[in-house]
Amino acid sequence: MELDFDCVDRNGLLDNMTNDLQNLDRIHFDLPPSANPSNFLNEVFDHPNAPKALEFAHGTTTLAFVYKGGVVVTVDSKSTQGPYVASRTVKKVIEITPTLLGTMAGGAADCSFWERELGRRCRLYELRNKELISVAAASKILANIVYSYKGYGLSMGTMITGWDKNSDVPSLYYVDNDGTRLKGERFSVGSGSTYAYGVLDTGYNFNLSDEEAYELGRRAVYHATHRDAFSGGFINVYHVKKNGWEKISTDDCFKLYQKYYNQAPINQPNNNNNI
Amino acid sequence: MNVLKLTPFPTQDKEKPLNHGRFEPYVDNGGTVLSVAGKDYCVVAGDTRMSDGGYGIQTRKYTKIFQLTNKCVIATSGMQADTLALQKKLKVMLDHYQKENGKVMSTPAIAQFLSNTLYYKRFFPYYTFNLIAGIDEEGEGCIWTYDAVGSHEKVKYSSQGSGNQLVIPLLDNQVAKFNQLLPEGPKDVPLDQVVSFVKDAITSAGERDIYTGDYADIVVIDKHGVRWEKFELKLD
Repeated sequence: MELDFDCVDRNGLLDNMTNDLQNLDRIHFDLPPSANPSNFLNEVFDHPNAPKALEFAHGTTTLAFVYKGGVVVTVDSKSTQGPYVASRTVKKVIEITPTLLGTMAGGAADCSFWERELGRRCRLYELRNKELISVAAASKILANIVYSYKGYGLSMGTMITGWDKNSDVPSLYYVDNDGTRLKGERFSVGSGSTYAYGVLDTGYNFNLSDEEAYELGRRAVYHATHRDAFSGGFINVYHVKKNGWEKISTDDCFKLYQKYYNQAPINQPNNNNNI
Repeated sequence: MNVLKLTPFPTQDKEKPLNHGRFEPYVDNGGTVLSVAGKDYCVVAGDTRMSDGGYGIQTRKYTKIFQLTNKCVIATSGMQADTLALQKKLKVMLDHYQKENGKVMSTPAIAQFLSNTLYYKRFFPYYTFNLIAGIDEEGEGCIWTYDAVGSHEKVKYSSQGSGNQLVIPLLDNQVAKFNQLLPEGPKDVPLDQVVSFVKDAITSAGERDIYTGDYADIVVIDKHGVRWEKFELKLD
C-alpha cells in the first residue's frame, strides 16, 4: 500500500515540520502560533470556558540610591500571583557577579532568567578581556537584550548597580522592559515605589553615614510594604562598596512595625497585666 | 493492490478567515501535589484524579509524580498533555546529560534546568505547575517550587495545583510553625510522622477541592532511593 502525501504538503506543512525538527537540538524560544506574542495569552484566556488564566509570579517594592559610601539597595520579599501570596521569602536582589547587583520587579521569571544570562555574559567579558565589565556596559547589555524582545511581552523593572574599578563614585542604572536605560542617583521600582520615593526623597542626603543610609532604605521600603498590599515579607538591605557588595540585613516587616510604632504584639500578654 | 488515496481538503472559493473554532491550547486537568522536606529525606504526595476541565472525571489513575533520577522526582499539576511533553523532554535531556558526562545530574542542577526549560517556552508556556523534590549531593532533603514560566525558589515545603490554596496554610502552620507561640522553631521530624502528616494534608485537600480525589501517590526520597506508595482518597 502506498500513501499519498500530496494533500498534506500543499501548504508547505512539511517545510514547517522540517524546520521544527532542525530546531529540536538547539536552544530556542518556542513562539506561539500567533501574530502578536505579547497578546497571545490574553486572547487564549479571554473567553468564558477558558481554564484559569496563568498568573506569573510578580515582584514589588525595590529601591536603590547612591550616597558617599556607595549604593544602598533595599527590597521587600513578597511574591504574588494575582491576589495570592506565592512566597514571602523571595530573593529580589540578584547577585549578578561578585561586584554587580541587580534587582527584581515585574515578572520574576523574566528578571531572574535575563539577569542570570547577564551574569554569564559579564563573566565571559571578564575572561576575554582580563578585566571586570563596567556597570554602564553591563546595564547596556541587559537593555539591548530586552529591547530586542520588544513587543514579546517581557515585564521587568530593574536596577543594575556596582562600583567600577578606578572610579571615585559608584554607578546606578535603571533598565526596564521597554529598553529604557537611565543613569541616576535615586530609583525605586515596583507597585510600592511611590510610597518608597516619599520617604526616600524626604530623608535623602548624599553625605549620610553608612548606618543612616541603611536605615533610610529600610524605612522607605518598610513604609511601602505598610501601604502597598503587594509588598511585604522581609526587607533585605545590601550595600555596594568599592570592592564588591555586602549583604547588610534581613528583617521581618512585622518586627519592623513593632519597632517603628512601638507596638507590643497583640497576642503576647503585657508584663504589667495581672491576669 | 489498491493505492490508498487521501482525499485532499476541499479548496475554498475565497480565503475567508475562520472565525469559529478559536485556538484553545490549554485545559486545566486539576489536581494537587505537595511536598515536605526533612533533614535527609523528602516526602511528596499527589492525587491521581484527572478532570476534563469542568466537572467530568477523565481518569482516576493518572499519576502526577514522575521519577527523574533515583534522588529526584518532579510533581506536576495543570494540563496533562503539557505535563507529558515536559516530562518527556526532561527525561531525554537527562539521559543525554548522563551519556555525555558519565554521571547523573544532581537535584540542584535539575532544578535550574527545569527553570530554563520552562522559560524557553516563555512566549507559549506549558500550562504546568511544578515541584522538584529530592535530596542534594549532601543527602539533604530539598524542594524547588515553580511558576509556569520558570521563576523558582528553594523551599522546605510547598504545594501546587487546584488544592494549593487549601493545603498551604496547613503546611505554613504545621511545618514552618508560622503564627505559633512556640519557644523553639521547627525541629527535625521523623520520616513516618511526616508521611502521616502529608497523607492527612492531601486527604483534607480532597475533602474540599472537587478536582482532587480518588487515590494519592505518596513518594519518599531518601538515601535508599525512591519509594512509592498508593493511598486511597474519596472517590466522590
